[in-house]
Amino acid sequence: MTGFLVRRVAQSTLVVLGVTVITFVLTKLLPGGVARAILGVRASPQAIAEFNHENGLDLPAWQQYLYYLGQLLHGNLGFSYHLNQSVVELLQDHLPKTLILLTISTLLALAIAVPLGMLQAVRRNKLEDYFFTSLSFALYSMPPFWLALILIIIFAVNLNLLPPQGPQGAVSTYLDDPSQILGLVLPVMSLALVTIALFSRYMRSSMLDNLVQDYVRTARAKGVSTTGVLYRHVLRNALIPIVTLLGLSLPGIFSGALITEAIFNYPGMGLLFWNSSQTRDYPVLLGVTLVVAVATVVGNLLADVFYAVVDPRVRVTE
Amino acid sequence: MSVRGTAGDLTGPLAGLSAEAEGGEAKVSGSAWKLAVYVFLENRLAVAGLGIVVFMFLFCFVGPLVYHTDQINTDIANLTAAPSSAHLLGTDNVGYDVLGRLMIGGQTSLEIGVIAALLATTFGVLWGAIAGFVGGWVDQVMMRVVDSLLAIPTLFLLLVLAAMFVPTLPMLIFIVALVAWLVPARLIRGETLSLRTREYVDAVRVMGGSGLRIVLRHIIPNTVGTIMVNATFQVADAILTIAALSFLGLGVPPPATNWGAMLSDGVSYTYAGYWWLIYPAGLAIVITVVAFNLIGDAMRDAFEVRLQRR
Repeated sequence: MTGFLVRRVAQSTLVVLGVTVITFVLTKLLPGGVARAILGVRASPQAIAEFNHENGLDLPAWQQYLYYLGQLLHGNLGFSYHLNQSVVELLQDHLPKTLILLTISTLLALAIAVPLGMLQAVRRNKLEDYFFTSLSFALYSMPPFWLALILIIIFAVNLNLLPPQGPQGAVSTYLDDPSQILGLVLPVMSLALVTIALFSRYMRSSMLDNLVQDYVRTARAKGVSTTGVLYRHVLRNALIPIVTLLGLSLPGIFSGALITEAIFNYPGMGLLFWNSSQTRDYPVLLGVTLVVAVATVVGNLLADVFYAVVDPRVRVTE
Repeated sequence: MSVRGTAGDLTGPLAGLSAEAEGGEAKVSGSAWKLAVYVFLENRLAVAGLGIVVFMFLFCFVGPLVYHTDQINTDIANLTAAPSSAHLLGTDNVGYDVLGRLMIGGQTSLEIGVIAALLATTFGVLWGAIAGFVGGWVDQVMMRVVDSLLAIPTLFLLLVLAAMFVPTLPMLIFIVALVAWLVPARLIRGETLSLRTREYVDAVRVMGGSGLRIVLRHIIPNTVGTIMVNATFQVADAILTIAALSFLGLGVPPPATNWGAMLSDGVSYTYAGYWWLIYPAGLAIVITVVAFNLIGDAMRDAFEVRLQRR
């Protein structure tokens, strides 16, 4: 187990380093360079030379990279000249909102997708299975922003039940004001629906894989009831791959949050990122990219470690 | 949910599985290709998917020859007009005919989808095959590059790239492909690892074939099932990606358009009830993506590729 842990942590560290190289190379690819991007197109050559010298941008590339890495290790993700705030401060404002949105919608999706996938597997090739399989297929092939638009048209425009915009206040004020909670419903719904489609498809095939295993026959032969086999044996084993799936779908979930926040004008990290892409605020773009990538890597690492804890076979074959 | 009853419930799926596995192969003999085509055509959903794709291409590329509309000059007198006999699906916010716009927008969406998928697949396959075949530290470096790029959520990487480079059509295709080649690279590397130890690879080596020859003539052709299945899914994904990018305002500039950009224009009219600005373009995307996904699923069964979708 220790060997497995060390290997996976080392691998993840390498990947994170790789991501920093990518964000660094991206700053080098900026049209006109970092100085141009920050000082503007009309900056004089002297001002640019001065800026480059002050920020060490006239040094060899590898020294610049080490400097960049050092800054990152000191928790300096850059400074948004556009918003006149450091990227870390911006994240402190925006990240909690995204986390709330992602946590609620992912938990909701799991709570619905797991029983749904089970139902589909047990009733394989029956009416319910066909119905939900087609439904998730359609949801899965739908642009998430279009789904959100339809939800807005139905629930905000036609029925006038829910606000078409996400809560605007700080996370700590959500509970004080019921309208803010209502504002969360549509963003959570549109994120969860897509995730449910994905998760239930996996849950269904994971259940089917386990239903044909020898241990099911053994348990049946020993006289365990159908329900007992299903819940105590098949379900528990079928849930394990879902943890890996959770880790693997993190990038997709983050991308989904970006789109959802943009549509519902929900001031989380995704909206911050989108606005920054409109104003070409590169420090924010690259800082957020790095944070999201690190979160993905750590999520995958945790999923792998969990998998190795519950399923010892992984440790042996690795 | 009901899981009552006797063993019947549990043996049901069991019995179904084994029956299917036997039934599929016993009927035809002949080459693997023949078998694959047979299994594919047996799948009614796949044939339907193929039909939809053919229809969509005809609609987008032949449609404008039959249904003439002005998609260059705006028509200020006829903004957001409801569907009528003159404009079957109404007009948009600058007076373009929506049905005609659906056709030329579809051209862009399909072109980007197909070309980006081809580019991404070609590059990814070569990358994966070379990494897997050479092995050692070359493989390590090449695959850590893939891992690092994969760690950045697609849309974030795309927005950074699109913010950095002026989005022209070729640039958009390039950007989408730049993000999409990673999955095929990983899949093909995995297959190459097992293929390179096969006897026929040793045989080529003994006969003096170069490494390049082994990769191009022997390893890649043997992964064709995986490649085709993945390429099909890539088209579906690329169409969705380009729609999302355009929706976020990083598409091709007007008068060119695509389905995502049409939706982006229609959003402002959500409250006005102009459904023809929101449903047609969205439905076009969904139908096309579903069709490509159906084809991909069926090809996966036909080639018996064990391939995890994402």
